[in-house]
Amino acid sequence: MLWPVLALMTAVAIFAVLWPLARTNAAERTAADAEVYKDQLDEIERDRASGVIGVAEADAARVEVSRRLLAAADAKPPPALDAATGLRHRRSAAVITLVFVPLAAISLYLLLGSPNLPGEPLAQRLTAPAGTDSMAGLIARVEAHLEQNPDDGRGWDVIAPVYMRLGRFDDAIRAFRASLRLNGENADRQANLGEALSGAANGVITSDAKAAFERALALDASNPRAQFYLGLAAEQDGRTSDAVERWRKLLAQAPADAPWVVYVRQALARLDPAAATSAAPGPSAQDVASAADMAPSDRDQMVRGMVERLAARLSADGSDVEGWLRLMRAYVVLGDRDKARAAAADARRALASDPDKLRRIDEGAKNFGLDG
Amino acid sequence: MIPEIGHFALVLALLVGIAQASVPLIGARRNDPRLMGVAESTALAQFGFVAAAFAALTACYVRSDFSVLTVFENSHSAMPLIYKFTSVWGNHEGSMLLWVLILTLFGALVAAFGRNMPESFKATVLAVQAWIAVAFYLFILLTSNPFLRLAPAPFEGRDLNPILQDLGLAVHPPMLYLGYVGLSITFSFAMAALIEGRINAAWARWVRPWTLAAWMCLTLGIAMGSYWAYYTLGWGGWWFWDPVENASLMPWLAATALLHSLVVMEKREALKVWSILLAILAFSLSLIGTFLVRSGVLTSVHAFASDPMRGVFILAILVLFIGGALALFAWRAPLLKQGGLFAPVSREGALVLNNLLLTTACATVFVGTLYPLALEALTGDKISVGAPFFNLTFAPLFIPLLVAVPFGPLLAWKRADLPGVTQRLLGAFVVALLGIAATLAIEGHPVLPALVVGLALFVMAGALIDIAERIGTFRVPLATMAARARGLPRSNWGTALAHFGLGVVLLGIVGETQWGAERIVSMKPSDRVTLRHYDFSFDGTVPRSGSNYRDLVSRFTVRRDGEVLGTMQPAKRTFLSRNSSTSQAALMARGFSQLYVSLGDVSPDGSIVVRIYHKPMVLMIWLGAVIMFAGGAFSLSDRRLRVGAPRPARSAAAMQPAE
Repeated sequence: MLWPVLALMTAVAIFAVLWPLARTNAAERTAADAEVYKDQLDEIERDRASGVIGVAEADAARVEVSRRLLAAADAKPPPALDAATGLRHRRSAAVITLVFVPLAAISLYLLLGSPNLPGEPLAQRLTAPAGTDSMAGLIARVEAHLEQNPDDGRGWDVIAPVYMRLGRFDDAIRAFRASLRLNGENADRQANLGEALSGAANGVITSDAKAAFERALALDASNPRAQFYLGLAAEQDGRTSDAVERWRKLLAQAPADAPWVVYVRQALARLDPAAATSAAPGPSAQDVASAADMAPSDRDQMVRGMVERLAARLSADGSDVEGWLRLMRAYVVLGDRDKARAAAADARRALASDPDKLRRIDEGAKNFGLDG
Repeated sequence: MIPEIGHFALVLALLVGIAQASVPLIGARRNDPRLMGVAESTALAQFGFVAAAFAALTACYVRSDFSVLTVFENSHSAMPLIYKFTSVWGNHEGSMLLWVLILTLFGALVAAFGRNMPESFKATVLAVQAWIAVAFYLFILLTSNPFLRLAPAPFEGRDLNPILQDLGLAVHPPMLYLGYVGLSITFSFAMAALIEGRINAAWARWVRPWTLAAWMCLTLGIAMGSYWAYYTLGWGGWWFWDPVENASLMPWLAATALLHSLVVMEKREALKVWSILLAILAFSLSLIGTFLVRSGVLTSVHAFASDPMRGVFILAILVLFIGGALALFAWRAPLLKQGGLFAPVSREGALVLNNLLLTTACATVFVGTLYPLALEALTGDKISVGAPFFNLTFAPLFIPLLVAVPFGPLLAWKRADLPGVTQRLLGAFVVALLGIAATLAIEGHPVLPALVVGLALFVMAGALIDIAERIGTFRVPLATMAARARGLPRSNWGTALAHFGLGVVLLGIVGETQWGAERIVSMKPSDRVTLRHYDFSFDGTVPRSGSNYRDLVSRFTVRRDGEVLGTMQPAKRTFLSRNSSTSQAALMARGFSQLYVSLGDVSPDGSIVVRIYHKPMVLMIWLGAVIMFAGGAFSLSDRRLRVGAPRPARSAAAMQPAE
């Protein structure tokens, strides 16, 4: 549909240039300036009649204008055009127009335009079937809904985590605040708000964010998100031991299947690798607390004990790929590379039927430097 | 499809423009009427294509088609409809499209109504007009294309800059552009006169209506911009000597000078070369204004987006057109014959004085605006040339000009009788003296403002005396007076109105600057504040929501001597999509004066900083501009300027000079 319209428009443009060339009448030479002077003479006469100027002034002015009028009448008309030259001019102008206008128009347009993109007015997109909608479209619908019903707390709860995932932290902050205002305060919402605030600050736990996490802990002392971020805050403040302690406590309390354990452990590994490796599925709080008090050799002993427990469990049930990786890492950390290699070999045997898991073991072995 | 049709229409406008820039010119040189005829049809077609492109872009805005980049960047689906329209030109790309729309509109008007001009002259004028258009099409298509697309289209736009979400955007830029771009016609006329080597009194008559129309729009555009700044920026200033404002004032001063020199040229064939130069300068200053505002050299609300490529492009256009025009002028102007002679004291002399003062004032503004920029570019030093410089240089130039204004229209052509005219202005002197005495009696010292009031009254009374003299008041019977008033050319009424408006503006300026009062206080609900005779009590704050913003409205009850005059409701307006806020001032007119309340910061304890102004006679500033506009309109409707009015065919004999 687009191209016929463009072709029609091009035709109009060409017509606008060619039409005057084809007209038959040669416009007579208008004595345009003489018209003006004639007008001025009339004007002088009117002014004199109404008494605006005196008779003498009118006469003087009339003489002056008449002189101009004579000069205009005397002006030599330019030489008339001979018909043959005129025809040649017209033909060349027509041919150039016919070739140049469509060619230039199309090439320039193809260079700059986007002929394949349809227009997308909003109304048309809002009525598009829901299944075809993009993520952005869904967000826009919720946003439009909230724009109309800003007091719909559930809507804010829905959109806020989406904003977080998209990295639109400022919007997330607004949404979490609205949710807090409308749905009431609880530890999760405060902790989420804190997370959004730190996201907006590029991961720095600002005083605002810290206040939100502390508020969350006041509401629910066991809130893991708040605990984790307050640990991060301690780390950012340079209080590493505070951070380690907080995270260890968090791991100690963690349910075995909590999805966030892995993040805490990663964070902990950054500060204290030994503590991280030993902590799966998690030494008990007492274990950790006593480990802190032990002499280094005793602590080593305790860690080895835990590693052996893990190895025993895996030899009974070898399907836990995470467990194998943990075991390999533990041996590497403990400096026992042969046992680590052996564990990798055991793991490959136990997981031989599952190529995905096998690949992870291979990757792990490579990362731990066990290959070759 | 619609955005692509608009894009293609713009490309076709460029090509038709190239045809219009070349074919008629060849036709005019070879005296081939058919080639010259191309000018008219292409001028109309060009306007048609640009109008189609503009309509397409408008449709994209109104229908929130965010697959178009500029729509996405400057619009939001929740905006009120009026701002969806105005945001078309509330950004760089769209405003340039508006620029060429108006450019081609003027071209089409000349093509359609300029029938009283010689064919070859009209063809040349339209060809020059097309050169300008082609340069700007290329600028738009290559550096500021409003039809660039986005795929996939975002679902929501970024919204229009909150400061621009105002009715002012609907009026100010189109009016200002009509003025700026209208001057392109006078430029084209000047260039055509130089190319054809023909310039005479008739030229002045042909070019005058276009100059007048452009001048009117420029006057109103500047005034509207000033009023917009006054109520939007929140501290009641109406002129800041900001470079962007100066950029619009300079063409206005040049156009005003041109308007007056054209009078001399039409009547006496004098000042020909000067008028040509002024016509070139007026449009050059418009181009410089466009460059200053659009290139990002200046940072202000007007500089939507700065892109060095654009700056260089506009600079190239500037050098090409101004340099080319001045070179052509230097080459051809000496060939033009000089016209009539006149004594220093005469109507011509007065108009020359007007021109001298206006152009000097224009040069002053030019230096004050560009010197800091040039200095920064050359040495890196930042200096600021502000209001004190302009007040010290501009006022001394304008005061003699204003003193001379009432004399001008009363002076006779060629040789005038100054004592006689002074005698006729006796009434105006008396009015001025009474005004000075009254001002001193009421306001006391200092004397200077009272003198300025006197000057303003002198200008206003002088304009009235001009009319009274022409219709013979007190000398002839009432019936004759009425008949003469009807018979008086409209241009005389126009002159008087425009000069009267000038006096009104001056009165407003002196009133606002000398006797304005302000208070800045921190208020809590139920606090009271008194300013002059007015008593403001703060009733409290209420939220209110609009389509894409929320207002925090503060209510003030205004009383005078205990009597309630009404409520004023300034607000803090927060725009959700950009998370930014503006301050909405509340205005209350008291005659020509205004009360002005705007809100500052809210402190945590609930108190709010409130700025309250009393601005005496401030409305006269803009009312005066409207009167000047009306004067222009009267003058434009004068029968001798009515362009293209079909004339009854005259026989060849009637064209001979009547003796």
